[in-house]
Amino acid sequence: PALGLFLFTIARDPLRIIILIAGAFFWLVSLLLSSLIWFIAVKASDPRDEPLQKGLLIFGVMFSVLLQEAFRFLYYKLLRKAIEGLVALSEDGCSPISIQQMAYVAGVGFGLMSGAFSMINLLADALGPGTVGIHGDSQLYFLTSAFMTMVLIFLHTFWGILFFHGCEHQRWWEITAVVVMHLAVSGSTFCNPLYVGSLVPSYLLMATAAVWAYLLSGGSAQNLRRFLLCK
Amino acid sequence: MITFMNNSDSEEEPCNERTSLMSAESPPVPSYQDGPQASEAGEAQAHRKRRTGSSRSPNNIADGEMSDSGVPVRESTSENEEEELTLKYGAKHVIMLFVPVTLCMIVVVATIKSVRFYTEKNGQLIYTPFSEDTPSVGQRLLNSVLNTIIMISVIVVMTVFLVLLYKYRCYKFIHGWLILSSLMLLFLFTYIYLGEVLKTYNVAMDYPTLFLIIWNFGAVGMICIHWKGPLQLQQAYLIMISALMALVFIKYLPEWSAWVILGAISIYDLMAVLCPKGPLRMLVETAQERNEPIFPALIYSSAMMWTVGMAKPDTAARGPSQQTWDAAEDGRENHRSPSHTDSQMSETRSPVPTRPITSFEELEEEERGVKLGLGDFIFYSVLVGKAAATASGDWNTTLACFVAILIGLCLTLLLLAVFKKALPALPISITFGLVFYFSTDNLVRPFMDTLASHQLYI
Repeated sequence: PALGLFLFTIARDPLRIIILIAGAFFWLVSLLLSSLIWFIAVKASDPRDEPLQKGLLIFGVMFSVLLQEAFRFLYYKLLRKAIEGLVALSEDGCSPISIQQMAYVAGVGFGLMSGAFSMINLLADALGPGTVGIHGDSQLYFLTSAFMTMVLIFLHTFWGILFFHGCEHQRWWEITAVVVMHLAVSGSTFCNPLYVGSLVPSYLLMATAAVWAYLLSGGSAQNLRRFLLCK
Repeated sequence: MITFMNNSDSEEEPCNERTSLMSAESPPVPSYQDGPQASEAGEAQAHRKRRTGSSRSPNNIADGEMSDSGVPVRESTSENEEEELTLKYGAKHVIMLFVPVTLCMIVVVATIKSVRFYTEKNGQLIYTPFSEDTPSVGQRLLNSVLNTIIMISVIVVMTVFLVLLYKYRCYKFIHGWLILSSLMLLFLFTYIYLGEVLKTYNVAMDYPTLFLIIWNFGAVGMICIHWKGPLQLQQAYLIMISALMALVFIKYLPEWSAWVILGAISIYDLMAVLCPKGPLRMLVETAQERNEPIFPALIYSSAMMWTVGMAKPDTAARGPSQQTWDAAEDGRENHRSPSHTDSQMSETRSPVPTRPITSFEELEEEERGVKLGLGDFIFYSVLVGKAAATASGDWNTTLACFVAILIGLCLTLLLLAVFKKALPALPISITFGLVFYFSTDNLVRPFMDTLASHQLYI
């Protein structure tokens, strides 16, 4: 689905592609920094201590989430400056791309990168021989990973919209809501392999975020009805 | 000139490859070496070709997409408008460069992942005589540094030679060189590549069919690159030969040497294009003075310009340059219509990529596009291919390097729009790529692996 989103909405406009790639880049940098922190923490600690390792991992995940959001903010700042530049350059005085479109594309960029990093090694291994869950792990590993990745990509997209909107209108509570949601989703994955604990809340949160983003972007129930009935 | 140099390089390449294939590290025959070395130098020089084309034509200032207006109109465009047009269409140009670079990288990565031939070590090229199979780390590092020094000096010599040839107007020589190298690249490398791909997938093919396919491919390629042809076909051929060249490099450069070479080449590129005495810069300036287009053979252009009613000297220059076709090595020129950005040609070795024909004074159908040297393509693909081949984190590292290179390209194009002169395309992208490769491989991979094994998501 994320690929479909990309093809239909982003591939047409070159500016959006650039913003997408830049978004992916920012996510990557945040990942780099967070893994650096984690790596240092792991090296500095005792490798044989299991609970400590798990604790460090949790700490790493949380830290990474916070860093991702921080980078999303930085990216927002950069895009604001870019929009001013674009407005100055364009002929008719208005920007060729609105901040909401940018928010959307940035969200997709983040989402794609995070999804790619989560899934791609899995996919590569899935092409090879083997049986899933042979060692007593869940047999639904691939399936749940796929769903989780998809939900995460969508969530990043929606968070992008919400986050930028919050920054635009100086509504700090929106921003904190996004951060809290992200933390919640990551935290819920700690319940894996008890999949019910992680997938269900994530999907609920995604639905919430979707509705919220839709409303923020100016949609309403009427628009939806009109669209569905093809009027 | 650069193309010229490339020809010699390409000639040498087959020799090197053959000798290296036959015996792992036996030194090549000295007499054989002498010949190619000279030509290589020439090629290296050729590589350094800078794209002065745009600077040369005074009309090519505006960056518009369509330049239907005649020259006078263009000339009358004010500086500001030109700038606006430049930046306005900037995104489109960036994408026009993204697509071929991405395609080239995809081809290289796909081949690396599937065809085992390119990851087996069957010897080394003569440009990197020191082996890396030494037991100690220090020795290995020393060997790789020495390899790099040799390679870079070869490239420098070749580029200087090319510039000299260009200065003294030895066009025939250059063209002949380019033709030879492109011939070799199109036929020999394609044959090897096709053979390996067929072997991997266990498809049998008889010799007559193979001959027919390769002959068609090569002949069309020669025509397309050196003469006229549909733009997309030309671009496709350039991408293919860049990918082939990159694959050759990936196979034959030992690991640490490859990384050090990538770093050194980007530094060299920076110096050669920006320093006042740099060979590439001299090439661009000379071409500008003479109002001639830079060698077409080494540059990838995102848009074709048809020469219509070119002035005589231009056509004369264009003819021969159309024949010279140097692969990769020279080609790195990052060029935005109004500005000259020259990127340094990368390798002397790689056959020169052909540069699409760009006419600067073009009148009717000009579409200005950005030009990027083929050497840049090759080195980007080498970086991503090496990441795919040797990284233990597999796809994550490859993906990270890919994004890093694209971002570097974006930034370079941005700088191009700001500075409006020839800029080296390699340094920023390669730096980003290297940084991301090493950091992803060592830092991110353990993190992601642990996360994935617990199925945690960040």
